[in-house]
Amino acid sequence: MSQPDTDAVTGTDTTGHEWDGIKELNNPLPRWWLWCLYLTIIWGVGYSIAYPAWPMISGATKGVLGYSTRAEVAAEITRFNDQNAALKTALAEVDLTTLAQNPDLQRFAVANGAAVFRTNCSQCHGSGAAGSKGYPNLQDDDWLWGGEIDQIAHTVRHGIRNETDLDAHYSQMPAFGELLEEGEIKDTAQYVLSLSGQDHDAEAAARGTVIFEEQCSACHGDAGLGDIEQGAPNLADAIWLYGGDIAAIEETITNARFGVMPAWGERLSQSDVNAVAAYVHGLGGGE
Amino acid sequence: MTTSENKSLYAPQEPIFPRRVSGFFRRMKWAILVVTLGIYYLTPLIRWDRGPALPDQAVLVDLAGRRFYFFWIEIWPHEFYFVAGLLIMAGLGLFLFTSALGRVWCGYTCPQTVWTDLFILVERWIEGDRNARVRLWNAKWDIRKWRLRLTKWAVWLVISVATGGAWVFYFTDAPTLARDLITFNAHPIAYGTIAVLTATTFLFGGFMREQVCIYMCPWPRIQGAMMDDDTLTVGYRDWRGEPRGKKRSADTGDCIDCMACVNVCPMGIDIRDGQQMECITCALCIDACDDVMGKIGRDRGLIDYLALSDEPAERAGKPPRPIWQHVLRPRTVLYTLLWSLIGFGLVFALFIRADIDLTVEPTRNPTYVTLSDGSVRNSYTLRLRNKHGEPRDFRISLSSDAILRIDLEGTERNIITVPPDASTMQRVYVTARPGDPAAHAAHTDLRFWVEDTANDERAHRDTTFNGKADQ
Repeated sequence: MSQPDTDAVTGTDTTGHEWDGIKELNNPLPRWWLWCLYLTIIWGVGYSIAYPAWPMISGATKGVLGYSTRAEVAAEITRFNDQNAALKTALAEVDLTTLAQNPDLQRFAVANGAAVFRTNCSQCHGSGAAGSKGYPNLQDDDWLWGGEIDQIAHTVRHGIRNETDLDAHYSQMPAFGELLEEGEIKDTAQYVLSLSGQDHDAEAAARGTVIFEEQCSACHGDAGLGDIEQGAPNLADAIWLYGGDIAAIEETITNARFGVMPAWGERLSQSDVNAVAAYVHGLGGGE
Repeated sequence: MTTSENKSLYAPQEPIFPRRVSGFFRRMKWAILVVTLGIYYLTPLIRWDRGPALPDQAVLVDLAGRRFYFFWIEIWPHEFYFVAGLLIMAGLGLFLFTSALGRVWCGYTCPQTVWTDLFILVERWIEGDRNARVRLWNAKWDIRKWRLRLTKWAVWLVISVATGGAWVFYFTDAPTLARDLITFNAHPIAYGTIAVLTATTFLFGGFMREQVCIYMCPWPRIQGAMMDDDTLTVGYRDWRGEPRGKKRSADTGDCIDCMACVNVCPMGIDIRDGQQMECITCALCIDACDDVMGKIGRDRGLIDYLALSDEPAERAGKPPRPIWQHVLRPRTVLYTLLWSLIGFGLVFALFIRADIDLTVEPTRNPTYVTLSDGSVRNSYTLRLRNKHGEPRDFRISLSSDAILRIDLEGTERNIITVPPDASTMQRVYVTARPGDPAAHAAHTDLRFWVEDTANDERAHRDTTFNGKADQ
């Protein structure tokens, strides 16, 4: 064994470690520090008995206190659900048209509806409810089936073109590719362009007027303003579900378009349907 | 010489019995003790009327309500930069004092030092001064020793409970909590906090004392890096004192080896060995030595605040440089400047703070919505803050170079009532008509205004409006 080095100034042994001429003195540790170490060991043993600790082949030891983070979260969720039970009941039974008169319930409905929307609706309508081609934008002021809060709730509850629900909205446009000549379809498309004030071929549009009156105005109206009773889109505004350029319009007239939405009344609770209706109504387009 | 083989790895705690001392530094330390403990114990009791909706406690950390009240100042969570600024000032202040005067924080104002001082005072009242305490330490555990010890521990416990008790009063209304505590109706967390702080005060002040400073606190190590040769710190003029000796002769220095400096030291060290890590620079050895020097008719200052840089001159018989030259150095001036800058910044920020405030969160999914008439609409979520103690009506408007229309969700009016000391979220729509420049520009600057209808106080926040840039 090598002779221990002793520091000249303090007379203390060094550990033999040296950095840039600075030597580490081998001072004794205070004894209470050692007791603290023993205490932490005792604590550690106690803790691993009281709480889940030791990994086993499947899972881990449960601990005698039976604590689990999952159970704590579950209890927390139950606690909040119990707290909100009265509001949920009120929301399930509320007349939506009077919801705005009850600010507390409305706040709860909008917050709850936002969660319901993100879970169930955002897949098609987008997380910001801005929709995309074929999936309506719920933030704008154009509604195929009406934008009042109870109309929105009806659409959510029963869905669109839903075979299983007799109250579902159902609109059907014929595929005019089988009924009209290609030239007639092109003329009609030019006329539809003119309805929303877009650039169009005036001559063709004049020919299309006649066809539109015969074939289209029954649902879309003489001026092309649409009809929410039948779910017929307004053709004179700036909003197009499938695109408003000439190619998209010709495509729509030729083949027709049929979007489908599930009847959420079968999957969601009454209060969740009302909540999501309140949320969508409050996105800016609600009437 | 001891060798590694026969030396214990662990050392028992050496008992320390600081003797009573009087003098300039002791008086200063008593004054600081009274002031700091007075502030600590009494502050939560001060009342401050803020109106019916707000608490009337002058200093209150309301964690549940997320407010910090300090007399006329109320800090909301989004103003946490004030706390950050104060922490930076505290850090710079420590740098300043440490570089100029060494470990003055440790010696005079550290809670560990102040409470230990108080505990030693109690110890001296009950058990007597140093010699009596040494005798008691060595005495058998008879009735007298039990009586003295139990009395001392009881008084320490009362101080400890008061210390833990005062702490919880900073976090909730003090009179209410005091009543609840006495009637056993307070929250278990209050009792738990008091119990923990009582235990730490009792243990650290009564038994751990210098062990906390030497083995637990990181600050002594950090401070070593902040001191330099010009730093004034407690030291021993060995060129004047040595060779020490009880017997006076022509060869001996001024030190008569009376051990007064060692006996008064709360850290149990000998300052004559030089400045060392254990020394908290409480300066009690200066008082003790000055007292002795006075009695034997020598100059005071054998132990004194001195700087290493003066040592060569002093050894050569010249006087040390004046104190201001040690304190006023580029380094300390820089610290002071930075400290004051942040301080002025905080005070300035405090005064330009409005009692009403808003933040704007533009909806970016989608960035804009086309409406059926072709106009372009953006939506924003406004957070309106009302720091007044009563509800206020906020008028919301916007200003922009472009023509933009503003609508509020759920109301036809442009006025929103915000409850007292609360914030409200409000969805706001801004619309550009078709054909207007803003409808087709990628970005248009816009500024939201809120105006308190009660006193016309205004606040604003800038944001942008997104148009259909692709067309």
